[in-house]
Parts: sequence; C-alpha cells; structure tokens
Amino acid sequence: MNELRDLYRELILDHAKSPRHFGKLDGATHWAEGINPLCGDKLKLFLRVDDKQTIDSASFEGSGCAISVASASLLTDLVIGMDVATALNTFDAVTTRLTGRGADIDIAGGLKAEKLRALDGVREFPSRVKCATLAWHALNSAINNRSTPATTE
Amino acid sequence: MILAPQRNASAVSVADCRSDFPALHQDVNEHSIVYLDSAASAQQPISVIETVANYQRHDHSNVHRGVHTLSHRATDAYEGARDKLRLFINASSRSEVILTSGTTESINLVAQSFCRPRVGDGDKILITHLEHHSNIVPWQLVCEQTGAELVVVPMDDRGELDLDSFDSLLADNVRFLAVGHVSNALGTINPVKDMIARAHAHDVPVLVDGAQGVPHMQIDVQDLDCDFYAFSGHKMFGPTGTGVLFGRESLLEEMPPYQGGGDMILEVSFSDTVYNELPYKFEAGTPNIAGVIGLGAAVDYLQSVGLPAIAQHEQQLLKYLTGELAKIEGLRLIGTAANKASVQSFNVDDIHPHDLGTILDHQGVAIRTGHHCAMPVMEYFKVSGTARASLALYNNRDDIDQLVEAIGKARKIFA
Repeated sequence: MNELRDLYRELILDHAKSPRHFGKLDGATHWAEGINPLCGDKLKLFLRVDDKQTIDSASFEGSGCAISVASASLLTDLVIGMDVATALNTFDAVTTRLTGRGADIDIAGGLKAEKLRALDGVREFPSRVKCATLAWHALNSAINNRSTPATTE
Repeated sequence: MILAPQRNASAVSVADCRSDFPALHQDVNEHSIVYLDSAASAQQPISVIETVANYQRHDHSNVHRGVHTLSHRATDAYEGARDKLRLFINASSRSEVILTSGTTESINLVAQSFCRPRVGDGDKILITHLEHHSNIVPWQLVCEQTGAELVVVPMDDRGELDLDSFDSLLADNVRFLAVGHVSNALGTINPVKDMIARAHAHDVPVLVDGAQGVPHMQIDVQDLDCDFYAFSGHKMFGPTGTGVLFGRESLLEEMPPYQGGGDMILEVSFSDTVYNELPYKFEAGTPNIAGVIGLGAAVDYLQSVGLPAIAQHEQQLLKYLTGELAKIEGLRLIGTAANKASVQSFNVDDIHPHDLGTILDHQGVAIRTGHHCAMPVMEYFKVSGTARASLALYNNRDDIDQLVEAIGKARKIFA
C-alpha cells in the first residue's frame, strides 16, 4: 500500500477535494483546454497576464481524477505571480520530472514549488502520469495561444 | 498437421474452467489476479494459445496460394476455422462468413460497401443511444459522405431502449438500422430479434453489433433474421485482430468489395478485374491466419463448455455482483436494465473512476474505468466515466468478494 499512499498523499487528496482557484477567470487573457483521451478528463485553464508578462491570476475548471485536479490546483497556486518565461520553464521541468526523464530536475519557485513533489508518486504509475501532466500541457498551450486543445498524447 | 489437445464435447464444467486460463494464475501487485475486464478483452484458454503456437511452429505458410504442404495445412486450418464459425452462429453458408480484423472493420465494411451507395439526402440511418463508438462513427462518416442523417433511438435511466420511439422513428425515411446486441457500458441485452422484425416490416435492413453478445449467449443469425452480424475474436477468448462479419448472401453478392488487393480477385488486368467469389471478395490481402485458427479453437472451447451453461453461470454471478455492490454505501449502479449480460457499471461516492481503477489494480483487481468508448451513454448519466466490472465464464464469487473488499479500501483512502 506504500506506493498508493505515495500517490494519494494528504496534500493531493486535499487539493482534489478542495481545488484552489476553481472556476472561470474574469478578464482572462490566455486560456486552453486540456483533454486526456484515455479517460475523457477535460479541464480548461485560464490565465490573466499583465503588461509586464506576469501571470497575475490563474484558474481552472472541468472534471477529472484526483491526480489531474490536484495537479491543476497546485499549478494555479504556483504560477500566480510568475512571469510567463518562468512558467514555461516550469512546464518543462515538471513534465520532465514526472515522466521520469529527469527525476532529479528541481523546479524553481520556492516553497510552493516544493509542494509539486507531492505529485512524484505518479512516476510509479505509468498510466497516471498523463493525469498529472494534463494541466501543465494546458498551461503550455495557453501561453503559446494555441487554438487546438492540448492533449496528453 | 499437429493439433493442440482438444477437449471432448461437454468435457469442461464451468466451475473447473478457470484452470484452463494461464493468465488467471499469477499475482499482480502481490495479490492473486482478479480479472473483471473481459468485456474489454477476454483471456485465452490454453487450447487457443497452444493452437496458435502449434500453427506457428509447424504449419505456417500463406493461405489460398501455394501448392506445397505447409500452404495446404495453413489453408485447411484457416478454412476449417471459418466452418467452425459458420456453425457457431448458424449461418446457412460459409459464403456468409467474412473474416475481418474485428467488429470495427466488420461495421465499417457494411457502412461503406452496403450503406453508402444506398443512402442520400433525406435518408436516415438509425442507431441507438447505447452504442459503442465503433457503431456510431462509421455511420457518421456515411452521413457526411452522402448527406444522410443519423437518428438515435433514446433510452431510459435503466439503460433500456424506448421501443415506442423506435417504432415511430422507423416509419420516417429510415434506410438502415445498426444496433448493439449487448451494451458494452451498461450490459443491457437489447431485444434485437423483435427490433429486426419491426425494421424488416419497414424494409429496413439491420446490422447487429454482436461484440458483446457472442461471449454470453448462443447466436443464431437465421433465427434472429439479421442482415449483418459483426463480432470480434478477442471478446470470445480468441486472439485480437480477428473478427467476423456475417452477411446475408444475397446482400453480399450485391455489394462492391471493401478493399482491393490479393486474394479477393479471380483475374486482374489493367483494363478490368474480376472479383473472387464470396466470402473471398471481401478478404483482400494476407489475413491474420494464426489468429483465425486460434479463433476456431476458441469456438471449440466455448462449445465444449456450452453456452447455456456459461450463460447460467454468468447470470448467477451477475446477481451476486449486483447484490454485493448495492450493499456498499455511496455506490451508484449505472445500467439496471431487466435483461442484462454480466457487465455492471458503477460509481463510488465522488471517487473518480480512474482513481478507483488505480487503487483496485493495486489490490490485484482489474476493472475497466472511463467512458468505455460510449461517451453518449456517459453524457446521458451525467458522469465523465464509470468503473465497470465484467464477468466471464472463469470468474467466481471470490473474485466479487475481492472487488468489494478493494472498493472498501478505496473508500477509506478517499474518506
């Protein structure tokens, strides 16, 4: 059961049950949909980027499993206040770290970024990595203003 | 030819057949495996595995071509499997048994070769709300290509089709009906024989998607009076990449080939090609020879156990499964039709099916989670997906007890 406890840590369950920044965002400048065709999970990520290229607000809506919702909730917590370039670097770092291609990569962002380590449990569950990276792919798409939905495929 | 050991007719009792399936004798995540995902793909008995291996080891060659011994052996075994499949579904002739890669190809063949040339603007193709995507999308393609309209028979909240609506829909320019025999997501057994009779009264030809029908009940295409019946090998304990399209011979004769290539021709020149006779007209290219021979062994296996005995066993287990699941607090059963095959969808509390699937897998319990390639069904029940336990001849009460215990653990984690 240890691996399971690793996957469903308290922090993950907390964010899954009470997602932060949940709902549409007024005045959003960037948004993108993330779809996981495997399970049908769908979420929409909203960003409000100011003149200085700083993300001054972020939110998400949609439905998904505990892992994808918690990951989106942690993402919004982390990127608010971040500049766009750092957010893109974080996307790279998180996806590389979670897909196991660079398990040691540190994610910049201080204490809030430390919380992302709670997602590390998915590395033992190959079929669930996509759940954890879904919101991050949506972040990447939103910043790059891609018009097609981001998928985990 | 070296044959795998065959069991005598009715030599296998359902209670003993679990031992015939090697995949069910292993530990997964340090628990004895509990396989409750046969509706996605059923495990194969040793007789199927050995038949395929023996063919590969001793008899492999291409079919319908060579004059040499191996080619004869391969052809005999391949065509022998077709004969077994003909008897299995009681088709009146082997010309009516087209070997395909599976239900999906069978349905696409009918959509493109039979339906597409026959429909146009103002015509309607009728399907039902219960269909798997593979019995929706091929018809949508035909509609896009021809201007025909796709119309859907509604269902109720138990997952039963509304037959009154069916009758009124049928009367309105319907040119074709495609209906699933058994819903893969909900387990509903549709009254296809009755539906076919009603459709024929309006001169509407009918395809039955039997992917989920064949493992659970004796199919008799003549008794059903269907025009087409499609099914897959891997749902009935055979290899993947195999399937059958039964088609009424008079209709198959009228239809153009679906794919061009070798084996489907009699004579080719650059000005003209003469197509081969049925069933080969629809079998272009080298087929999945080993898989089809394995499918023949799966037919032997099913008949040695006996479909009536299998159905009885599964119905008893389904009753036990449904009863035990219903006792779990916070569990919602989805799909509660009166007449069902051994498939049960459910959701537990607010636990996402994907999370439930992971936690169950960690306890050795394999179920299917998600939308089951039936998104319209999920939409009807206002869920993004469900957990689904599906039972086959090799399951028993212990499997269900393990499932219930594992669900209890999931509820604790998410409490």
